Amino acid sequence: MDDFILRAMLAGIGLALVSGPLGCFVVWRRMAYFGDTMSHSALLGVALAFLLNINLMVGVLGVTVTVSLCLLILQKRGALSTDALLGLLSHSALALGMVLIAFMSSVRFDLLSLLFGDILAVGNEDVIAIYACAAVILGLMYFLWRPLLASTVNRELAEAEGFNPDLTQLVFMVMMAAIIAIAMKIVGVLLITALLIIPAATARWFARTPEQMAVASSIIGVASVILGLEGSLQFDSASGPSIVVASLCLFLLSLFASRLINRVLGKERGQ
Amino acid sequence: MQLIEMDGVGIKRQGRWLIQNVTLSVKAGEIVTLIGPNGAGKSTTAKTALGVLKADAGKIKRKPNLKVGYVPQKLAVDWTMPLTVGRLMSLTAKPSRDEIDKVLEKTGISHLINANVQQLSGGEYQRALLARAILRTPDLLVLDEPVQGVDYSGEIALYNLILQIREELNCGILLISHDLHVVMAQTDTVVCLNGHVCCSGAPEHVAASDAYKQLFGDAASQSLAIYHHHHDHSHKADGTIVPSKGDSGDCCDHG
Repeated sequence: MDDFILRAMLAGIGLALVSGPLGCFVVWRRMAYFGDTMSHSALLGVALAFLLNINLMVGVLGVTVTVSLCLLILQKRGALSTDALLGLLSHSALALGMVLIAFMSSVRFDLLSLLFGDILAVGNEDVIAIYACAAVILGLMYFLWRPLLASTVNRELAEAEGFNPDLTQLVFMVMMAAIIAIAMKIVGVLLITALLIIPAATARWFARTPEQMAVASSIIGVASVILGLEGSLQFDSASGPSIVVASLCLFLLSLFASRLINRVLGKERGQ
Repeated sequence: MQLIEMDGVGIKRQGRWLIQNVTLSVKAGEIVTLIGPNGAGKSTTAKTALGVLKADAGKIKRKPNLKVGYVPQKLAVDWTMPLTVGRLMSLTAKPSRDEIDKVLEKTGISHLINANVQQLSGGEYQRALLARAILRTPDLLVLDEPVQGVDYSGEIALYNLILQIREELNCGILLISHDLHVVMAQTDTVVCLNGHVCCSGAPEHVAASDAYKQLFGDAASQSLAIYHHHHDHSHKADGTIVPSKGDSGDCCDHG
C-alpha cells in the first residue's frame, strides 16, 4: 500500500472512532443542522488561518467555537427561531470565508478539496494531530458520559440531581469543533455532518442501550472509511463523498437486515 | 430538620411574575402537596425548589448536601436513543444490579427490565420514573404529577406506593397533583397555589378556606367530607398517626 493511502486510512479510522459516539449525541440531541452550521463556518476558519498565518486547525477551531457561542447568545435573546439563526450563521460564515479567499490572490486554494476532502493532503503531522485529538475527545467522553447522557435525556433532571448541563454542553460543543477541525482534510467541510449522523443512524437498528449504539456507530464508521477510501482509489472520486456513499450503502443494507431480523424473530414468536 | 425552606420566593420572566411570594417548607418524612389551576406556577415552584430555576426574589435554604430524586412532568426520551428500563435506572447514579432488581420489584415492573422505555404504557412509565428517582435514596423526592396517564385503580396503587416509599426512606416529598381526593387524604400539608400561595396548611384547614372554594368550587370542598367518613387522622413528620383537629395553617383573603 502506498504511503499516502496508508496515512489516509489511519487518519480516517481515527476520525471514525470519535465520530461514532459524538454522532450519537448529535442524533439524540437533534443537532444535525447545528453540526452543519459549525462545519460550514470552518471555511471561514481556513481563510482566517491563511490571512493571520496561523495553524489551519487552530483557525478552524477558533471560528467554529465562536460561531456556536454566537448561536447560544442569539438563542437566549430569542429574536429569531433557532433554525433561522442556524441558517443565518451557517451561510454568512461560508460566504464570508469565500469572499476572504477571493481577496487573498497570493495564496492558491484548492476549493474542491476543502469542500469535499482530499486524501493527498493528509500528512504525517495530520495523522498525529488526529490521534492526539481523538484520544482527548474519547477520554473526555468516557469521564463525562453519565452527565452528557443524563442532560441529553432531560436537562432539568440532570441539573436537579447534581450535574452541570451548561458545562457539559460547552464541552460538547468544543468536542464538535475539534472533530470538524480534524475531519476537514478527509471528508471536507460540506460532508462532515454526514459522517456523524449516518453511522449513528445505522447503529440505531442494532443497539439496545446508548453505549451499544455508540460502539456500533464507531465500528460502522470505520467500515465506511475503509470502503469509501478503497472506492475513492478505484474510481478516482473525492474521498469525502466516497466515504459518505459507503456509509449510505451500509445504512441501506442495515435497513433490509433489520427488517429481515424482525421477520425471522416474528416467525419464531408466532410458532 | 427542614430539608428545604422557601421564603417569599418569586420568579420573573419577560417582566411577568410567574410565581410571587411563595413560602413553603418540606421536612423529612413529610408530604407537601402543591395544588392549583393550570398555569398557577406549580411546576415552576417545584423547579425553583430544586434549584433548576434561580429565584428572582426571596430566599431559599436547602439542607447541605441535599440528595434529590426528581420525576419531571414531561420526560420524553427521543426515539433515536435506545434505552431500556434497566439502563434508565442508572441514568444519574451508579446502582448495583441487585439494587435495580429490588427497586423494580418494589414498583412492580420487574418483568419490564429489558423493555424499551418508549414502548411502555403511561402507568408503567410513571412507575419506571418513580423507581429511578427512589433508587438514589433521596432526602427529598419531587414528584411533578406522578400519576398522569394512569387509570383510576392504577392511581390508587401508585399513591400507596408513594406512601410506602415515604415510610421506608423517611424522605420528604414535594408532590404536584390534580387529584383533590387523594391529595386531601394522604398529605400532611397542602399548598394551594395561584401565582402566589392562596392558602396553606393541613388539608382540613385548606379545604375549609374560602380561597380554596373560590379556586376549585364548592363541590371540591365536599370531597373532603366524603373522605372523612373512613379516615380521620393525619401523619406527623415521624410517620405516627395522630387525630387531626387541623386548624394549623394560614390563609389569605381573596375578597
